[in-house]
Amino acid sequence: MSIISVRNLVAEYGGHRVLDGLNLDVEPGETMVLLGGSGAGKTTLLRNLLGLERPQSGSVVVKGVDITRCPPAELKRVRRSIGVSFQSAALFNSLTVEDNVALALREHTSLAPSIIELDVWLKLAAVGLADFGKLYPQELSGGMRKRASVARALALDPEILVFDEPSAGLDPIVAAELDELILLLKRAFQMTVVVVTHELASAFRIADRIAMLYKGSFLAVGTKEEIRASQDPHIRQFLDRVPDTVQPARMVEAFFRKYLTSREVTQ
Amino acid sequence: MAKFIESVGRDTLKRLEYVGGLSIGMWTAVRALRVALPITGNRYRWKASIIQMFEMGVEAIPMVGLMALCSGFILAMQGGSELRRYGALSLVIDLVAIGFTREIGPLLTAIAVSGRSGSAISAEIGTMVVTEEIDTLKVMAFEPVEFVVAPKLLAAFIAIPCLTVVCNVCGIFAGWIYMFFSTHLGLKLYVHEVFDSLVLRDVVSGLIKSIAFAAIIVLVGCLEGFRVRGGPEAVGRSTTAAVVKSTFLVIVADMFFTAIFYFTGKH
Repeated sequence: MSIISVRNLVAEYGGHRVLDGLNLDVEPGETMVLLGGSGAGKTTLLRNLLGLERPQSGSVVVKGVDITRCPPAELKRVRRSIGVSFQSAALFNSLTVEDNVALALREHTSLAPSIIELDVWLKLAAVGLADFGKLYPQELSGGMRKRASVARALALDPEILVFDEPSAGLDPIVAAELDELILLLKRAFQMTVVVVTHELASAFRIADRIAMLYKGSFLAVGTKEEIRASQDPHIRQFLDRVPDTVQPARMVEAFFRKYLTSREVTQ
Repeated sequence: MAKFIESVGRDTLKRLEYVGGLSIGMWTAVRALRVALPITGNRYRWKASIIQMFEMGVEAIPMVGLMALCSGFILAMQGGSELRRYGALSLVIDLVAIGFTREIGPLLTAIAVSGRSGSAISAEIGTMVVTEEIDTLKVMAFEPVEFVVAPKLLAAFIAIPCLTVVCNVCGIFAGWIYMFFSTHLGLKLYVHEVFDSLVLRDVVSGLIKSIAFAAIIVLVGCLEGFRVRGGPEAVGRSTTAAVVKSTFLVIVADMFFTAIFYFTGKH
């Protein structure tokens, strides 16, 4: 029984179809990477998976609950078992790193303050930020902020961990560290991990299965090897990093020459 | 011609939509208000409201006080120069006392607060939208309205009437300064005269107005903040819109309230 199952998901923005009847099953304990270029609909799919947007049609069933149709209270219950690390880290700037992690624990559980403190420390230690709890988010580097947001996502011991572009805006070394962190967390906490990314290296490092998204539909869903061996032209283009259309050099040159001559005349 | 009517219609619909959004926002915010109440509500929301009360109320005291002193003095001078010709200089006391408690106090406070806090509210919420903090709240199973709007609304309901009282006191005091320099009227006698000319209805009607203005300022600020789409430049636009729209709506609401009090009062 899959933990997340998406059926015939259709999302539209102003008549433009962003997601075109997607079907996807994520099994418990696996790392599913949603790979795709800009504008492929990755973010929209993610927002639908989290219930932040309602699709035109289709269903998203998370842990047996259809979050596109369920009442708000049910949605909240499901959301407590999902931890999300957003692209921009989205830490609350008015709170310290510790308080960011403790927020959900304080408000959603009746744990004693000392237990919460311990738990927060454990979560921060798991992401390697044990000594930075007292700092404010703006005092951290980009990579540390990302890791702090992972610690916050872990706060309620979620069954599903979701990452939106974990390596966006990070240098390759820090991005690789984050990949290792994701692998470590998955081993340690036995979670289902869903990662949205366009980074090939990162995707092939962490994925159990990859779903290749192109213009709102899946080109292929399969293991790393299957995707790597795929002969689909769009997948090959993405994997081999081939640009879409190349402006012929001669045309650009002619354009510049024309522009320069017209300038001379006017001067 | 058809184009003109079309654009008028479109604009009207846009305005109606805005008012509709404001009404829905009002309803949800008032419903969420209970979580910010002390004892029965969530104590973290109550703490947030206290911080907001300081930011909205206490920190605005110097500015509002000085503005009230200036306008009280202006009102007394302008009134005095005319009333002196009829030998009715003592009516300046009534003018300042009634003018401030009924009208200038609430209005001046509302305008000051909409400039200080209305813009701050929309900037804060707009930034939270842009940096995905609002989405984070949602996926952490929090209700953004309860988390962000309710404490601000409660704080405004308490801080703005208090600030209005401060404004009234300062304005009336400025009236005494004028009277002292023109007729050597003692403070004790002046205060006595002020209490003679005021009735409870004047003060209460002013405070009712200030509560309505508080609701307008916070709701417009929040609505503008939540409507931010796109990047940081949209946040800038939203703060401008928040100040302009809340000041405008405050004056329109003032007219309606004054009319209601005028027609229900004794002449």
